[in-house]
Amino acid sequence: MANPTPATGLSVSSGIRRYKGEWKRPQVAHLLRRTMFGAPTEDVDYFLRKSPKKAVRELIRQEYPLPAPPINNYTDANYVDPEIAPGADWTASMKYDGMNNGRRKNSFKSWWFGLMTGQDRSIREKMVLFWHNHFVTETNTVDNALFCYRYNVLLRNYALGNFKELVRAITVEPAMLRYLNGYANTKKAPDENYGRELQELFTIGKGPGSHYTEADVKAAARVLTGYTINYKTYTVSFDPNRHDPTDKQFSAFYDNQVIKGMNGKEAETEIDQLVDMIFSRQEVSAFICRKLYRFFVYHTIDETTEREVIKPLAQLFRKKNYEIAPVLEELFLSRHFFDPNNYGSMIKSPVDLTAGLCREFHLTFPTAMDCEEQYNLWEQLRNQTAGMQQNIGDPPNVAGWAAYYQQPEYGKLWISSDTLPKRNQFTDRMMGNGFGNNGKKVVIDPVAFAAALPHPEDPDLLIAGSAEALFSVPLPPEELQFIKTSLLLSGLEGTASDHYWTNAWTTLQDKPEDKANHNAVAGKLKNLFRHLMELPEYQLM
Amino acid sequence: MPVMLPALLPGVSLQALVSPLLHTVIREEAQDRVLVLIQLSGGNDGLNTVIPLEFYPAYRSARTNIAIPEDKILRLEGFDGTGLNPAMPELQQLFNAGKVAIIQGVSYPQPNFSHFRATDIWLTGADAGQVLPTGWAGRYLDEEYPNFPKGYPSVNMPDPLAIQVGSLVSPALQGPSLTMGMAISNPDNFYHLIGDKADPVNNSRAGELLAYIREMSVKTDQYAGVIRKAAMKVTKQSGKYPAAGKNALADQLKIVARLIAGGLRTRIYLVSMGGFDTHARQTDAKDTTMGTHAKLLAKLSEAIDAFQDDLGYLQVSNRVVGMTFSEFGRRIQSNASGGTDHGAAAPVFVFGEGVRPGIIGQNPTWPSKLTVNDNLALQYDFRAIYSTLLEKWFRTEEAVTSAVLLKDYPTLSII
Repeated sequence: MANPTPATGLSVSSGIRRYKGEWKRPQVAHLLRRTMFGAPTEDVDYFLRKSPKKAVRELIRQEYPLPAPPINNYTDANYVDPEIAPGADWTASMKYDGMNNGRRKNSFKSWWFGLMTGQDRSIREKMVLFWHNHFVTETNTVDNALFCYRYNVLLRNYALGNFKELVRAITVEPAMLRYLNGYANTKKAPDENYGRELQELFTIGKGPGSHYTEADVKAAARVLTGYTINYKTYTVSFDPNRHDPTDKQFSAFYDNQVIKGMNGKEAETEIDQLVDMIFSRQEVSAFICRKLYRFFVYHTIDETTEREVIKPLAQLFRKKNYEIAPVLEELFLSRHFFDPNNYGSMIKSPVDLTAGLCREFHLTFPTAMDCEEQYNLWEQLRNQTAGMQQNIGDPPNVAGWAAYYQQPEYGKLWISSDTLPKRNQFTDRMMGNGFGNNGKKVVIDPVAFAAALPHPEDPDLLIAGSAEALFSVPLPPEELQFIKTSLLLSGLEGTASDHYWTNAWTTLQDKPEDKANHNAVAGKLKNLFRHLMELPEYQLM
Repeated sequence: MPVMLPALLPGVSLQALVSPLLHTVIREEAQDRVLVLIQLSGGNDGLNTVIPLEFYPAYRSARTNIAIPEDKILRLEGFDGTGLNPAMPELQQLFNAGKVAIIQGVSYPQPNFSHFRATDIWLTGADAGQVLPTGWAGRYLDEEYPNFPKGYPSVNMPDPLAIQVGSLVSPALQGPSLTMGMAISNPDNFYHLIGDKADPVNNSRAGELLAYIREMSVKTDQYAGVIRKAAMKVTKQSGKYPAAGKNALADQLKIVARLIAGGLRTRIYLVSMGGFDTHARQTDAKDTTMGTHAKLLAKLSEAIDAFQDDLGYLQVSNRVVGMTFSEFGRRIQSNASGGTDHGAAAPVFVFGEGVRPGIIGQNPTWPSKLTVNDNLALQYDFRAIYSTLLEKWFRTEEAVTSAVLLKDYPTLSII
């Protein structure tokens, strides 16, 4: 089996130079686990036939149509939407009230979870999550389903586009204006919320090269004054009367630049100057590259990584005028990314665990024909994910989920004595009764999963193949032996007993109507996969 | 590490002078003492929580759109110059009953205005310019229970050292290598984890994470039993708690009281409530005693009161002291959107039967020509409160206190 040789130490010295090593299942699976949710066997097969360069380019550059909007899945005994028919797109509606808004928000969140489990062969959905965690808004605060949806569309549109343009766009996106009080930021009452986070969390950050001041926060807030939200048309407009027309003086960090105060409609262009000024600081590129690195590669950035990876990536980012795609391409084609020490070096986020499991075990959700059940099952799984502390659409605060930024624990924060049992309960349930609604079900079919592996009749190869499909690090030989003996062979030891399994499996192929045999095989496979997913290795990616 | 007793100097506490036997008794008694930390996330507006009646005109003119009317402010016995937000009648009663100490103007030099940085400072006990990898409570537990988790649970400490009610363990409990606390959201739903056969983990990025997850699953398993057992022992609690789901903080504190009374020897509990980042419309425009901030304070007051009542009912109130804190206070001047921006110093509540009740510090003052940038002045470093809790409540040696807090801070007469 071609799992990379185990590495030692926590440091990785290989840099950004092009990876020229092996291109086998473990390498492809590593790339897919990081850029998509999980690494299903057929996706691994698909990219295995391409060169690393072609594979990475396709994941990043291939364009896919935007998904159809969320629909009315919320008609029930208590509520019938008088405007939008069941199964119809509600995002065209201009009426949001106490009855429909919460239901539509839920519909939106379920829809989004569905996009992850049903993703194309593309990094796009992972990037939407990345940007959501970066430009946080919370549906609970935004409190309008249409704005939440539009914000999500914006992130998807710009997911692999130009970062500077994304910053400019998100600044006046209604969800963000709501979330960070931009709508209430006026010359009479400057509200510093967005002006602060724009610098602290969105662009400059708090790294060693960040030296903007409290005065810069206030000056930026004044540049940003004047936006209002119209709740009849659900549009944003710039009101020059609410804009602060005085000059805005910035600190030495920004070379003492002054943004000249303007009047009238053209005052809106002050924001362009503000964005230009912020992006003239090199720290922006370093900050975003560090964040991408933490999200996609490893939580800690030591001096070597800063020098060998972050610096050259940041340089490239600036050279490409803040285009995201070239930076990602460079990162995912680097020796550093494929360094053996980076396999399994991240703890799966809850979404990686739940959506990844759905994809790796090829779970099929009901189709749009049964949209009620489809949305319901998406929602049930989304709720499971939220219970593990990743409630998509509602991160805990404006900094995003702590596991992506809180040192020194980072991803370890996903695993606590509360969430680890929840993770195990979830995988157990997916391997047991699954989740159901109106007779539709999502649940793992252990026989189908095994049948898709090479040589499922051979217990050693079955276990090795399952481990390779599910884990990014190899299992110790004693563990493999334990699994074979206690789970597949009911305690029988030694190779001499292998044929018990082989016979049972072949009988299942030859006489599928033999119910007793089917139950025996399915039962053993259930125990096998349940156990594999209870191993700590399954929490890594 | 052997603790060196400093030579007797003026100011050395009496504790160092008592006989070794008596000292042991005191220390053992302290081992039963519990500290409950209540984090108010977002930056609580201290000036609308503890209100300077003494300077009411200045207070009113600084924040005309959100100032509480003078006649609505709750009076505190023995302290005519200071009052509480009308949303907190329970806390007023607890104060008047001698169970609350208020410390005015708590902050630290060069306060930070970022939620995340300021929170880290409070949780780790760092200076403004200092980044610490460990939490203050984590460092204390590491001193008290060295080498944790190796050798734990033990006869002397069979229970978790600290418990976070919620799903993520607070950075305050981060020890030198791993967290000293465990997270629970509900003591009833512990799940039986299959005991993993430990295998050697190689020294690598993945290996280090695997070791962590293994440790966590073993810990979950080890403590699940004692926690469940403690929870089962308590079948009846005070009727003062609001119905489940109505007040998240009260729900959390109810779990804490249950575990304490159930016999857990856990030393520190952390609970939290959010929503204090009141940039806009923190009060109703027409009635400033109502609105977002009032609702938050009402929940806080109601939760503390029910908890305190429950501790009495369960006969453990002499063992428990609680403290509220928030990453910062808010600006003196309100903004025109009826809210307040990030500020600096704010009051802290310490409550319980063991506290020395009253108010420490002065009502805040500020220049008559107030600007939007002015902040309340620092009166007490937040680490002086930690220092007090460690030395007077947990009875740590002075040397240990300064090792935990990395500097010497005065103790305050609140306990």
